Amino acid sequence: MAQAHRDRPLSPHLQIWRWGPAMLVSILHRVTGNGLAFAGLGLLLWWVGAIAGGEASYQTFLAYVWTGTGGGLAGWTALLGKVVLIGLTWAFFQHLATGLRHFVLDIGAGYELSANARWSVLTLVFSLAGTALVWAYLLTAR
Amino acid sequence: MGNGTSIGRVRGLGSSHHGTRHFLASRLSAAGNLVLIPYLAISLLLLPLHDYATVHTWLAQPVAATALVLLFINTVWHARLGVQVMLEDYVHGGAGKIAVWLLITVVPVAAAAFGVICVIRIALGGV
Ligand code: HEM
Repeated sequence: MAQAHRDRPLSPHLQIWRWGPAMLVSILHRVTGNGLAFAGLGLLLWWVGAIAGGEASYQTFLAYVWTGTGGGLAGWTALLGKVVLIGLTWAFFQHLATGLRHFVLDIGAGYELSANARWSVLTLVFSLAGTALVWAYLLTAR
Repeated sequence: MGNGTSIGRVRGLGSSHHGTRHFLASRLSAAGNLVLIPYLAISLLLLPLHDYATVHTWLAQPVAATALVLLFINTVWHARLGVQVMLEDYVHGGAGKIAVWLLITVVPVAAAAFGVICVIRIALGGV
């Protein structure tokens, strides 16, 4: 049973693959999924905790994430907050589109090189368009 | 890899035959995300978000509160399954593996519990 645990083979990593649309959206699915998991759920829990805490704690949340009211640290984190929120919007749309792509690949379809590349590019178009639409609405409609 | 003996399997070195369940659960919870997250996002986009009373009143409604509880359970589950796959790819053996196991066992449960408790407080706690 003397097995060489340390030398078990690893799957090829980023630097091995030639960059192309499919390779790009594959790694983006991972990056966006984990970004949503840590930053997205973290922010969502902070948000719901702030609401549960009452009016004052909700205002503190808003100050740090959005308005910057009170200046100081909140002024900086509110800037960061907007970048993170725009990033999360994009991450959500990108992960949603590549998630749907996974469903298609799961049933064994869409592996022809040209179709695979085309749908990969379309996920990028979708996420950028979705992000632009949401933020255009958020910043202008109200 | 395990050598197919029972001790090899117990040590977690071979297939434990749980992969299919993991795969299906990640797809099922993805479908849940597809419904719950747009529901939350669209509802919030239609509210004046700076106004505490509006947000609180919306979230205290039974349907919204139920949706958010379901979201915390479903999305945390999906994220936990996904983060596990990511960590399995990058953390191999030793103390790191134990830390990873603790992380994906303890943190998601704590996160979901906190989210659900907050929603319950908002829905049932009065203003
Ligand atoms: C919009 C609905 C969503 C769909 C359709 C979806 C779909 C998927 C699918 C099919 C996978 C499995 C990919 C694979 O097996 O390689 C996956 C992985 C993952 N998802 Fe989602 N997902 C959604 C939303 C979310 C959200 C909101 C989060 C985080 C809170 C999330 C976090 C993750 C993570 C961390 C992974 C693992 C990625 C990796 O490292 O390989 N997903 N998603």
